[in-house]
Amino acid sequence: MLLAEQALNGLQYGMMLFLMAAGLTLVFGVMGLINLAHGALYMIGAFACATVAAATGSFWLGLVASLAAAAAAGALVEMAVIRRLYTRDHLDQVLATFALILIFSEGTRWVFGSFPLYLTLPPALSGAVTLPGGLQYPLFRLVIICVGAAVALGLWLLITRTRLGIRIRAGEADREMIGALGVDIARLYTIVFALGAALAGLAGALVGSIQSVQVGMGEPVLILAFVVIVIGGIGSIKGALIGALLVGMTDTIGKALLPALFAQFMERSAANTTGAGLASMLIYILMAGVLLVRPQGLFGART
Amino acid sequence: MTLKSLLLSAALALATTPALAEGIKVGLITTLSGGGAGIGADVRDGFMLALKQAGDAGAQVEVILEDDQQKPDIAVQIADKMIQSDDVDVLTGIIWSNLAMAVVPAATAQGKIYLSSNAAPSALAGEGCNPNYFSVSYQNDNLHEAAGAYASEKGVGKMFIMAPNYPAGQDSLAGFKRFYKGEVVAEVYTQVGQTDFAAEIAQIRASGADEVFFFQPGGMGIAFLKQYAESGVGIPLIGPGFSLSEDILPAVGDAALGIKNTSHWSTDLDNPANKAFVDGFRADYGRFPSLYAAQAYDTANLILSALAKAGPDDQAAFLAAIKAADFASVRGKFSFGPNQHPIQDIYVLEVEKRDGALTNKIIGTAMTDRGDAYAELCKM
Repeated sequence: MLLAEQALNGLQYGMMLFLMAAGLTLVFGVMGLINLAHGALYMIGAFACATVAAATGSFWLGLVASLAAAAAAGALVEMAVIRRLYTRDHLDQVLATFALILIFSEGTRWVFGSFPLYLTLPPALSGAVTLPGGLQYPLFRLVIICVGAAVALGLWLLITRTRLGIRIRAGEADREMIGALGVDIARLYTIVFALGAALAGLAGALVGSIQSVQVGMGEPVLILAFVVIVIGGIGSIKGALIGALLVGMTDTIGKALLPALFAQFMERSAANTTGAGLASMLIYILMAGVLLVRPQGLFGART
Repeated sequence: MTLKSLLLSAALALATTPALAEGIKVGLITTLSGGGAGIGADVRDGFMLALKQAGDAGAQVEVILEDDQQKPDIAVQIADKMIQSDDVDVLTGIIWSNLAMAVVPAATAQGKIYLSSNAAPSALAGEGCNPNYFSVSYQNDNLHEAAGAYASEKGVGKMFIMAPNYPAGQDSLAGFKRFYKGEVVAEVYTQVGQTDFAAEIAQIRASGADEVFFFQPGGMGIAFLKQYAESGVGIPLIGPGFSLSEDILPAVGDAALGIKNTSHWSTDLDNPANKAFVDGFRADYGRFPSLYAAQAYDTANLILSALAKAGPDDQAAFLAAIKAADFASVRGKFSFGPNQHPIQDIYVLEVEKRDGALTNKIIGTAMTDRGDAYAELCKM
């Protein structure tokens, strides 16, 4: 029962990572852009949700606001800054998007202060439900799992079944050619960037609801999202999903089991330090292992 | 410069020197950003309130306030700056024991006085004690010891105990186990600054414990209590006062109602100093003060009481005046033990709603005249 609950926790964590990684991998795959400011968009989503939910008293409006605010911020950033970076090399992109992190963080601190904000879940989503098999589990975490799955399905349909998806895939393969065929490539890039930003904003709002909303909340998640897309293969939505679930499971199960394992032959506090340390290393070991066998990632197309 | 103006300026300098010596410079290092920001705001507000209420005497205290961001390296940088370029007389305000361990030994080694308004790690109470270091709050183990004693007295057979993995967390569980007579079914350390407790809550659910003892101060406590309420695990909670203090209760909400905890102070503690403090704090800041605010308020009043007897330039006399603890504590009775840590009563509290806001009320006494377990190791 304990293991089942931890597996659900890992699944929920993985789905949250997927929401982050999906946008990151799309932007990297389609535009060849390394966007370090993706974590800032996650933070903007969380703050928008907290602010609107507090002002209107409706969590649902807050969620809508998180999508809208992050997408708007994403589109704005793409048009103002990112657009100038496509032809530059990766180092320039990293520098410019790192500057964006600082601007967004200090701007948010300026507006909202350094105090964390806390969201209250709507009654319809709070409390625990009993799953088949008698396991009790918080409803909101199940909702996160379902939202992640729905987004995965939606993105798959979008990429494989719609005209926009065809353009995205074409842009990924050969950006000059689709420009020559009359597709407005600048608009396509803005749309993809805003879509990725909206997903990050949604992840921020969902996680902010069960944890807290504060300046700098996006950066630790961003690092993990990069690990996820490296494992999954850059540009692959399927890879982002599998990679996110692998990382989420490895991290959660590792953190749950390793300290207890070390405690068999070590003092408690030291066992926790060693166990938790090794558990946080596990995902990087996993990444190194995947890269050894498949340098392009699990579902990476390019070599 | 003529001889006359030189003499005049020398005379002026002589005339102003005694006035300067009456004052004191205090470096207040606390956490004002991130998950611990609520605690830091209470430390700052409690300290400033005491100075404001003291009027002219309070105006002699010059406070230099800095945010340590809950990071040991930042705290060390700030302390170095305060000691070397601001030349402060007294340092105080650090909340977290890992930060205190990084700052206090270096500060006392440089001849500065450190008065702790919160963190009091065991390493500084025993062999690491120092004539220039006082804890005005407690020794880290105290509130947790009281929780252990309370759980034993209540006859709780099986406990799940949990704390963050840093010096105060280790002191916490050591303190709890020192006075708890029942069986500890699981002992779990979490990470400092952790915001997701799903894995720990799963362990609690599967543990078969009768009650859970949890030490999670600041934002960690908010996250844990909210997620615990969502989880549907019905096992009752006991905390030290830190886990249910007034700085986090508004964010936790009604999920905290009725939870028992142990503290050396409460908003409803009946003495004139406490009444002046709680009423003044609520009037000025519009919220209930927490134990952190109470400790900072006491620290400021302790400094003022010593300053009335001796200036900080005569450090021996000033330290003696601090050690006398000749001030009206919001805790009622208060004195320093041989290792310059408090001897005080510790109460059992329960979260309640008063005037529409959450706070604690006293429902019993867990320990009387409690010193600490490390005093005899202190050779001073």
